[in-house]
Amino acid sequence: MPGRPSPARRLDDAYLSTGSSSFAEFVGSIRPELLPSGRALPAGASIDAPHGTTIVSLLHESGVIMAGDRRATMGNIIANRDMEKVFLADDYSVVGIAGTAGIAIELVRLYQVELEHYEKIEGAIMSLEGKANRLASMIRGNLGLAMQGLTVVPTYAGFDLESARGRIYSYDVTGGCYVEGGHHSTGSGSLFARGALKKLWRPGLSEQDAVHVAIEALYDAADDDSATGGPDLGRRIWPTVSVVDVEGARFVGDAVLEEHVAQVVAARRDNPGGAR
Amino acid sequence: MSMPYYVPPEQLMKDRADFARKGIARGRSVIVLGYDKGIAFVAENPSRALHKVSEIYDRIAFAAVGRYNEFESLRVAGIRYADLRGYSYDRADVTARALANSYAQTIGAVFTQEQKPFEIEIVVAEVGASSADDQIFRLTYDGSVADEQGFVAMGGASDQAEERLGGLWHPGMPLGEALRVAVDVLGSAASGPAANGGGAAVAAVGTAGVANGGAPSAGTAVRRDLDASMLEVAVLDRDRPRRTFRRIAGPLLERLLSDADPTTNAPTTDEQHPGHPDLLTGELQPPD
Repeated sequence: MPGRPSPARRLDDAYLSTGSSSFAEFVGSIRPELLPSGRALPAGASIDAPHGTTIVSLLHESGVIMAGDRRATMGNIIANRDMEKVFLADDYSVVGIAGTAGIAIELVRLYQVELEHYEKIEGAIMSLEGKANRLASMIRGNLGLAMQGLTVVPTYAGFDLESARGRIYSYDVTGGCYVEGGHHSTGSGSLFARGALKKLWRPGLSEQDAVHVAIEALYDAADDDSATGGPDLGRRIWPTVSVVDVEGARFVGDAVLEEHVAQVVAARRDNPGGAR
Repeated sequence: MSMPYYVPPEQLMKDRADFARKGIARGRSVIVLGYDKGIAFVAENPSRALHKVSEIYDRIAFAAVGRYNEFESLRVAGIRYADLRGYSYDRADVTARALANSYAQTIGAVFTQEQKPFEIEIVVAEVGASSADDQIFRLTYDGSVADEQGFVAMGGASDQAEERLGGLWHPGMPLGEALRVAVDVLGSAASGPAANGGGAAVAAVGTAGVANGGAPSAGTAVRRDLDASMLEVAVLDRDRPRRTFRRIAGPLLERLLSDADPTTNAPTTDEQHPGHPDLLTGELQPPD
């Protein structure tokens, strides 16, 4: 089979050619069936697959926070209670996914390799704007599947080493890429999370306060959207929260999250509406 | 109709081998050697932009001597190969052995079938969980592979360099000491003509030069002191999670090369200085 990586064979000419430094383009030329967009559904088909739900992101004084709930749903069934929907894309950025979980996770995996591949071949980090645009073109490639219901709508956030600040990029299903201001949310619970972020976010939040606001916004989303999972105190499942700043991208540890979740839940006990 | 001259295959292969060896002997050397926490790569390379050492995958790196355009295309092919394999199977399924095999097939096929063989020599190294699991594969211009133990020297005068390295190197050296050994060997090996006076030295490499490993005529083996600015240094750090490749430059490299400085190993983080994740400079870090 041409191009299949097998240990005992001469590397295909495609490996040795001076092509681009894009991994996705290379895979598309040599093994197109490995790309999420390399498969087509029969016309008119629709599949019921697990969906990821709410992602929130917000800027803070030194960078950006991205957080996601842990629930995946399939119709009215909870498909997964502890799914991760926020991923580290590279050392300075994170990507959160809402939409068809299988396709989205595959897309993120491809995107992670894409960024690392560029880094190794070029010996340089891609600019944040460049990384955001690469993700946009990958979503564009998924349009065919999206039109048959397998939609992926990520949010991308990272630390811009040029301007030394955090940035949030949102996408639409056609691959449109938009720079967001202070905060953003995608997914089924985003309507409610956005409302909460509007009221709770302000410029220059400390990292601790920003983590708190993100958890509170997810709590509000879970309160009103059945597809978004709230903090599960019984099973000790907390939202996924990531922070990106000049130190790089990382996840907030469970101990810290537990503390924040306990505060939010306690504050809401006597105030279920969350009025301030 | 003219008949092509008959050239016996033995002669054909010998000519090609001589040609490739000459090309390789012209360049500066690269040394790959194990140390207590990983594998170090030391190249005499004043260029900051054109690398002789590169990351391939999580625990695998590449080093090369010879023609830049030729080993660069192999380097890119290796990254493509590793990333595709890791993407379609799993990161754990990418191994130096499989990559070395693919390289060997490719280089071997070019040696026998193409107009001109590759004028290169490369090393593919993979750092293991302990120094006993480290793997260093050396591939030569004709596609032959050797599984080396502990250390390798490639390029001009590599035979003498390996001999000297064999006397100075021992397993379990700290990084600082290993780098000083490598620099000593690079500096004392009779330097290739390119190192003495630029690239127009093709004529200087006669058959005699090739026979003794590319060294210029006897008596020119002057000891040179190589400082940090003339070196390209990188490590595969055994203890690091996932991507283990790090370049070492700047004040950190100077400290590691200095006999007087107590720095013996690369720090695990260099995060006060944001930028390319694979670079350690120690600029803002006090010595450990």
